[in-house]
Amino acid sequence: MSKKLLGVLLGAGALVTAFPFIWMVSTSFKPLGESRTYPPTVVPSRFSLESYIRLFRDLDFGTYLLNTVAVVVINVIGLLLMTMAGYGFAKFRFRWRGIMFGLVLATMMIPAQVTMIPTYLILNSVGLTNTLPGIALPALVSAFQIFLFRQFMTTIPDDLLDSARIDGAGEMRVFTSIVLPISRPILAVQAVLTFIAGWNSFLWPLIIANDQEKYTLAVGLALLNRQLSVNPPLQMAGASLMVVPIIIVFVIFQRHIVRGFTMSGMK
Amino acid sequence: MRNRAAGVTPYVFVSPAFVCLLAFGILPIVVAAIVSLTNLDVSGLGDWGKVEFVGLDNYRDLMRDPAFWESLRNTALFVVMGVPVIIGVSLAVAIALNQSQSLFFRALRAFYFLPAVTAIVAIALIWGYLYNTQFGLLNYLLETVGLPRVSWLTEPTVAKFSVALVAIWRATGLNIIILLAAQQDIPKEYYEASAIDGAGKWRQVFSITIPLLRFAIFFVTVTTLIGWMQFFDEPYVLTQGGPSGATTSISLYIYQQGFRFNEFGFASAASLILFVIIFAVTALQVRARRNADE
Repeated sequence: MSKKLLGVLLGAGALVTAFPFIWMVSTSFKPLGESRTYPPTVVPSRFSLESYIRLFRDLDFGTYLLNTVAVVVINVIGLLLMTMAGYGFAKFRFRWRGIMFGLVLATMMIPAQVTMIPTYLILNSVGLTNTLPGIALPALVSAFQIFLFRQFMTTIPDDLLDSARIDGAGEMRVFTSIVLPISRPILAVQAVLTFIAGWNSFLWPLIIANDQEKYTLAVGLALLNRQLSVNPPLQMAGASLMVVPIIIVFVIFQRHIVRGFTMSGMK
Repeated sequence: MRNRAAGVTPYVFVSPAFVCLLAFGILPIVVAAIVSLTNLDVSGLGDWGKVEFVGLDNYRDLMRDPAFWESLRNTALFVVMGVPVIIGVSLAVAIALNQSQSLFFRALRAFYFLPAVTAIVAIALIWGYLYNTQFGLLNYLLETVGLPRVSWLTEPTVAKFSVALVAIWRATGLNIIILLAAQQDIPKEYYEASAIDGAGKWRQVFSITIPLLRFAIFFVTVTTLIGWMQFFDEPYVLTQGGPSGATTSISLYIYQQGFRFNEFGFASAASLILFVIIFAVTALQVRARRNADE
């Protein structure tokens, strides 16, 4: 098969893969009537921002957006905790280290679908259901990300850390002024992964948020589905609101994202 | 590695994250195991006095619930349909994308990766619109070539395939990334040497690329398999598990028992069974990896 033919085939496949996204954005700008006409139009006959305005004016998507951003911000704390844990496991020898790290690895194979019922009961018993911290907590720390940090940090030379200690730096100082700067490559990868996971997360907000004021974009969007026969442009505007920021992040940080996903393939 | 006793320092670094993992990774399994032996429901949440120990009754009822078996059958069907298609398509695309390092080929990669990073809820919504019986694009395309409309999401057998197709479309992206990366580790000399011996492109793919990718292929097979056991968002958004349970996966079944019917004890028993299944699959993977290493 010649390279040209292969290129044409792959290009066609890429278009098919990307088409639902193109369709989403195009429909989101259509006036309601046009989205239900036959035959469907690919390019809107007139660009209408009405659906986006409705999301924020008539529906609570402004609140959902803020809640989603809040969950992502809380996840940054998780990122810091995971960095610290990775450093602790990589660079210190301590009692129980083997058992503790073994437990960390063990949690890698326990998905949210297994723990959703008991986790809801645990959060309920401490009064954290229907709160934003409650939504973020179950996925705040990922065993796999701790593992990645540890793998990276074992490569930091001990001499470097020891000489800083001899110069009188405290342990926190060693961490913030030597370990963190050296770890920038892995931090960048993990920050992007954390953002994507937090932004897209669906199961925990669905279970933990009971009131509309606590919904994230994913939950608000899933409930819009009940209106499917009513208003496709509104739904596609909601979907675009969720997908377009991720596409922008993806375009900017593609290299980091691909590296992160590749590492997930090596675990 | 430092040998001197480090005192409390390492615990300060490790504990916060470790406690989180214990609280939301290990503790839930213990809680599920205990709750699965009780009749905990929504009234029990308000008044613990109403909670009673019921032994293995929940497990017995689970075994007698046809909906539980249907969700297991659906999950098995999704695995049997989905895994070979996902692996086949991702492998073909990954090998094809690796045939040229030109700018065009590299730019194409982004398109294939895109579904892997976008929210499943949004994706399911888009497909729900494409599948719409009255004004969806798919039925329009069928009509233009003279075929009858299809009830993509309301006819039980068709709905299974429609829901699975969305997940297949999404899952190939991640696997293409992994299989592309794995190909970078194959030494170029193998291809050069075989070209001198007169091997064509197809021969190289089947005699060099695929055999050397066998471990990566095995890995993506297992992760894809486990992914299907966690299958939740697509059926939740597209069909709510319907029509009449035709697209209810095991995860969706657990969710419905727990949060629609508030039968936490019963749902915990189902969670534990899912845990055992995933544990068994993971153990097989670890075992196979060990055998491959030896």
